[in-house]
Amino acid sequence: MIGVELVKLVLRPRTWVVLGMLVALPTLVAVLLAVTDVAPGPGEGPPFLSAVLTDGTLFPLAALGVVLPLFLPIAVAVLGGDAVAGEVQSGTLRYLLVRPVGRLRLLVAKLVTVVVFVVLAVLVVAAVAAVEGRLLLGTAPATGTVSLSGSTLTPQQLAWRTALALAYMVVCMLGVAAVALFLSTLTSSSVGAALGTVGLLIASTVLLGLDAASALHPYLPTRYWLAFVDLFRDPILWDDVVRGLLVQLGYLVVFGLAAWANFSTSDVDG
Amino acid sequence: MSGTAVIRTRGLTKRYGELRAVDGIDLEVAEGAVYGFLGANGSGKTTTVRMLLGLVLPTEGSAEVLGAPMPASRTTVLPQVGALVEGPGAYDHLSGRLNLALLDAAGPDPLPRRDRRRRCAEVLEQVGLDPADRRPVRAYSLGMRQRLGLAAALLRRPRLLVLDEPTNGLDPQGIREIRTLLLALNAEGTTIFLSSHLLAEIEQMCTDVGVLDRGRLVLQDRLDQLLRPSGLVEVHSPDAHAAARLLGDAVVEVAGERMLVRADDAASLNHHLVGSGVRVARLGPYERDLEQVVLEASSVPPAPVETRAEVLTS
Repeated sequence: MIGVELVKLVLRPRTWVVLGMLVALPTLVAVLLAVTDVAPGPGEGPPFLSAVLTDGTLFPLAALGVVLPLFLPIAVAVLGGDAVAGEVQSGTLRYLLVRPVGRLRLLVAKLVTVVVFVVLAVLVVAAVAAVEGRLLLGTAPATGTVSLSGSTLTPQQLAWRTALALAYMVVCMLGVAAVALFLSTLTSSSVGAALGTVGLLIASTVLLGLDAASALHPYLPTRYWLAFVDLFRDPILWDDVVRGLLVQLGYLVVFGLAAWANFSTSDVDG
Repeated sequence: MSGTAVIRTRGLTKRYGELRAVDGIDLEVAEGAVYGFLGANGSGKTTTVRMLLGLVLPTEGSAEVLGAPMPASRTTVLPQVGALVEGPGAYDHLSGRLNLALLDAAGPDPLPRRDRRRRCAEVLEQVGLDPADRRPVRAYSLGMRQRLGLAAALLRRPRLLVLDEPTNGLDPQGIREIRTLLLALNAEGTTIFLSSHLLAEIEQMCTDVGVLDRGRLVLQDRLDQLLRPSGLVEVHSPDAHAAARLLGDAVVEVAGERMLVRADDAASLNHHLVGSGVRVARLGPYERDLEQVVLEASSVPPAPVETRAEVLTS
């Protein structure tokens, strides 16, 4: 079943359009930076962007920092929201279920497919950004890449920390995927499920800016998204990364179970 | 009914709030039958079909399909069932053949991959679609989509076919092709459960009939039993009243110039009437057709459209 879902993912033009859009934004940023030579000041704008003018090897991270807060979650919301509701809309859900495909199996396959898409998206964005960084923004200084704490990182250190950061971003999207999947079992409208998910993320972002909601901050899905920056301090600051992992796992478990509970007991009228 | 029951429900009920979409029906479909499940739009046919397939959970009552309870045994029952439920469903951007292949690959099957591919091509040909057609389903006509849905139902050579309005959207030629195909499958032993609101379709194909009226099964019998000779003779005469006086108790019904008379032999009745000076315009054995049988069974006047279950089943 997972194989079938992956084939469907690959055969959908939408998948490639979304990937193209995810790549297009960082590319535009790279071009603008290279042409104007005007980078945001240190501490302003998306993470790492202030440093890329002197060190193009950091551009993959900068690119993901640009994509992560908005573009990637929206893509995940669209895919996750379409997972079950889209099958209802095309009239194929009932035929899958009488094939028969178990409802739990179907949900798991859908979730895995979204995760595969996220992995693919993160890798593609990072790879394209790596090439762009090298070509447009120049290579690392001979002394090596400077970490956020001021010390220098060897290329090996940089490589595995980048890998960790990519993995962390994938995990960050798990919560979004689970919420979207749950909403997708609730409604027969893919757009509704996707918008609901995006709405939740916007609400989370708004609450993060509100000091009165500080008690809620540690539980908000977007709270630790940018914690991957801490992986480039010396020594690595694990606290927020670990909390981020726990929050995402929490969302995955709660909304995953809710999706399963709802889907396995609901009448399939579509 | 002969043979073992392939579908048997007891008091099967589905309530949506106050509305009883399906109200305590006892279906009995014998093995090898072509069972026509008749009912107006919104009478609960589709909800019943969905309950049989485990898509909708019954509020009350039980359903057995191929001898096993549904939906509890769906993993063992459904692989032997082919279904077309409320119109075909397909991924619009993919070809018909790829749609079939994906659906086939989604579930377990002992067949090796190569045989599965061949099987897809076979059923497509069987329903009159070209397996080499690379066009996306988006470009298909309604009739072609319907054929694709049928192909999906036939894919695994099921013992039981559950078809909801299978000839929807087909032209008369297509309807005849599909009917021939289904009857051929039935001759090979496939039991067919066919829901429709088209009386003619049921009358031409089915061995058994069940009639659903606003959620209740008001009639269930063999078709030949329902349409057996009535022992009545229909007489049209301008002297109907004279004739009625003459025949006395044998007259069952008089309406204008038309009357129904209980008589063993139409010819001798004619001789008797004419001999007694009653003019006869037309005379012949009275045969009920399915339409009359169904109308008599669901004799209650039809409810206004908006109070029916239509909204819920659409």
